Amino acid sequence: MAKKKEILRGAEIFCRALKDEGIKHLFGYPGGAVLHIYDALYKQDAIEHILVRHEQGATHAADGYARATGRPGVVLVTSGPGATNAVTGIATAYLDSIPLVVFTGQVATHMIGNDAFQEVDSMGITRPCVKHNFLVKDVKDLAAIIKKAFYVATSGRPGPVVVDLPKDITADSCEYEYPQEVELRSYRPVVKGHPGQIKKAAKLLLSAKKPMIYSGGGVVLSEASNELTEFSRLLGYPVTNTLMGLGAFPATDKQFVGMLGMHGTYEANMGMHHCDLLIAIGARFDDRVTGDLEKFCPYAKIIQIDIDPSSIAKNVPVDVPIVGDVRHVLSDLISVLKNEKENPNIKALEDWWKQINDWKDLDCLKFDRTTDVIKPQYVVEKLWELTKGDAYVTSDVGQHQMWAAQFYPFDKPRRWINSGGLGTMGFGLPAAMGVKLAFPDETVACISGEASLVMCIQELSTCLQYSTPIKILSLNNRYMGMVRQWQEFFYSSRYSHSYMEALPDFVKMAESYGHVGMRIEKSSDVEGAIKEALELKDRTVLMDFVTDQTENVYPMIAAGKGHHEMHLSTDTNRELA
Amino acid sequence: MRHILSLLMENEAGALSRVSGLFSARAFNIESLIVAPTEDPTVSRMTVVTSGSDAIIEQITKQLNKLVDVIKVVDLNEFRHIERELMLIKLITKNEYRDEAKRMVDIFRGRIIDATENTYTIEMTGTGEKIDAFIEALDNSMILEVVRSGVSGLSRGDKAIQS
Repeated sequence: MAKKKEILRGAEIFCRALKDEGIKHLFGYPGGAVLHIYDALYKQDAIEHILVRHEQGATHAADGYARATGRPGVVLVTSGPGATNAVTGIATAYLDSIPLVVFTGQVATHMIGNDAFQEVDSMGITRPCVKHNFLVKDVKDLAAIIKKAFYVATSGRPGPVVVDLPKDITADSCEYEYPQEVELRSYRPVVKGHPGQIKKAAKLLLSAKKPMIYSGGGVVLSEASNELTEFSRLLGYPVTNTLMGLGAFPATDKQFVGMLGMHGTYEANMGMHHCDLLIAIGARFDDRVTGDLEKFCPYAKIIQIDIDPSSIAKNVPVDVPIVGDVRHVLSDLISVLKNEKENPNIKALEDWWKQINDWKDLDCLKFDRTTDVIKPQYVVEKLWELTKGDAYVTSDVGQHQMWAAQFYPFDKPRRWINSGGLGTMGFGLPAAMGVKLAFPDETVACISGEASLVMCIQELSTCLQYSTPIKILSLNNRYMGMVRQWQEFFYSSRYSHSYMEALPDFVKMAESYGHVGMRIEKSSDVEGAIKEALELKDRTVLMDFVTDQTENVYPMIAAGKGHHEMHLSTDTNRELA
Repeated sequence: MRHILSLLMENEAGALSRVSGLFSARAFNIESLIVAPTEDPTVSRMTVVTSGSDAIIEQITKQLNKLVDVIKVVDLNEFRHIERELMLIKLITKNEYRDEAKRMVDIFRGRIIDATENTYTIEMTGTGEKIDAFIEALDNSMILEVVRSGVSGLSRGDKAIQS
């Protein structure tokens, strides 16, 4: 006889479904529309709820958690302002293809459309920045919708999914059964690449004289680092990573030429400009990567591997498109290459590497090491040394983000956590909190700037409540640094509203939240401070580094320029001339 | 170039706004868009007339396919196909205009489906071009009201778009 199914209320179904989905952490903030759910959460202990201090913090924390673990981040917020506050975090996850499932409370079904208290059209507001969203109209659909939400968020090209939950649905009851499988006739992501296209790609790869491997966040998302590394070593070709792809190929490997794009290395960008074959792997030819499309890779044939057909040939025409999961396609491509009789053109490759090494010799990332004014690059470099390159590093957005990307070479994927696509200031601190919850024994650092940091500073309170001892390195130049840099270059140094007056005392601020605050003003104190902070294993530490106000991020490709038209530091330009 | 895209999609609330939202968010053109359920009540069929270079049409097709509710997208321009649009038009038919209106309707093979003392309401189907031509052929002052359905289309022969 079949076991009789349990009758549960919607709020209980919510908790049970998360448990059956294997969810351990839920980031949220209560409110009227989700009170039934909060009551159900109170009565269970399978899921740990993390009470953030602002819904944006909940989405970023869940996002950081997802980026570090590869598992979906889960968020619960109330209707109206709860949902709208979550939107920035949802859009952040959308632009970087991060799997999130965000539950938004909604007014009761019969009130929808009445301009009820704390009502917004959450479906309408989130539609353009989610992979998909669901409105639950009947409690009988709830378990199946939750299953679908997790399936859609984590499969294919991942992304955030919103489930809008009217209050009455969470009070209604029905039989509970969590579906084992989910089948959507309208959604079937392609995983395996086309064998004919893979064969074509292999031929093209072997005939190249000046090849470049350009890989992005897709490699991280599909857990294809090992395949990428094997593929690259098999061929011996130079590898560049996008901002989102850092760590997918070991940055200390001799085949790695650094990040490419607007603030990429000289060798990576020159390599892009002069290559005769480009293979794009899980990378989407973002405008910050390509520069002026008219001048992009003028001599190259292009192979592109992506799971999302709409990413292929969106900005740049492609000679060999391969739709499929990067990990599967790379592993098939490796087998094909191993069976080919042909070998890479060793002579041509030697010349190519000689050229690349000449570019490398320019040392485009050099900075002044003689002054006692703190250079921001130096702080990042020291953090890398002292954490042996093995920390989880989150960042906010701006100059400090670029320096983190340039001066903290990541050898492993999922260690570098930043908002690449949307460029969301305020991301770093809550994201670090999410990472620390997932990996309590690992070192988690947040490289930030004083402007970004204050955007979600309230989460310092959450860090205390849930004991997530993170290390915050604020590169404080009293400017919105990247805005100031653009104003210096393109607006004749008219620093319009980029100056941060009336900054708080960050040491006291950290202390008032129950953490440790440090102010570091001299270069010679940097190492000691970071060491001390790392030794305080159980404490969140905010290091306020008073850095050089005028430092710029180099190299830089200005808008409308090509990869070969980089702006180098004043010193380097002088040497070249 | 003008393209007619046929979509099969889940007949869910909000499906239409996902498609129209996509067109506006990505700055794609919509000339017309119609949607109604099919013989299978869980499936809606939508016909979108749009225009753009080959690269843009390719992007539109891919982006539509990416929507989780969209089951299938077909560009009818890739097939031999038939397109039709329905127009209802109300004409003022006072005095000498009454005979003139009747003649024009016959020439364009429309049908008068309602008549009052001063007006005719005419039903006309055909390609968009034919309907445009009819409107152009009329004296503008005769036209009281026009409503057009937007284009729908099917490929010719045995081929069919199925979910």
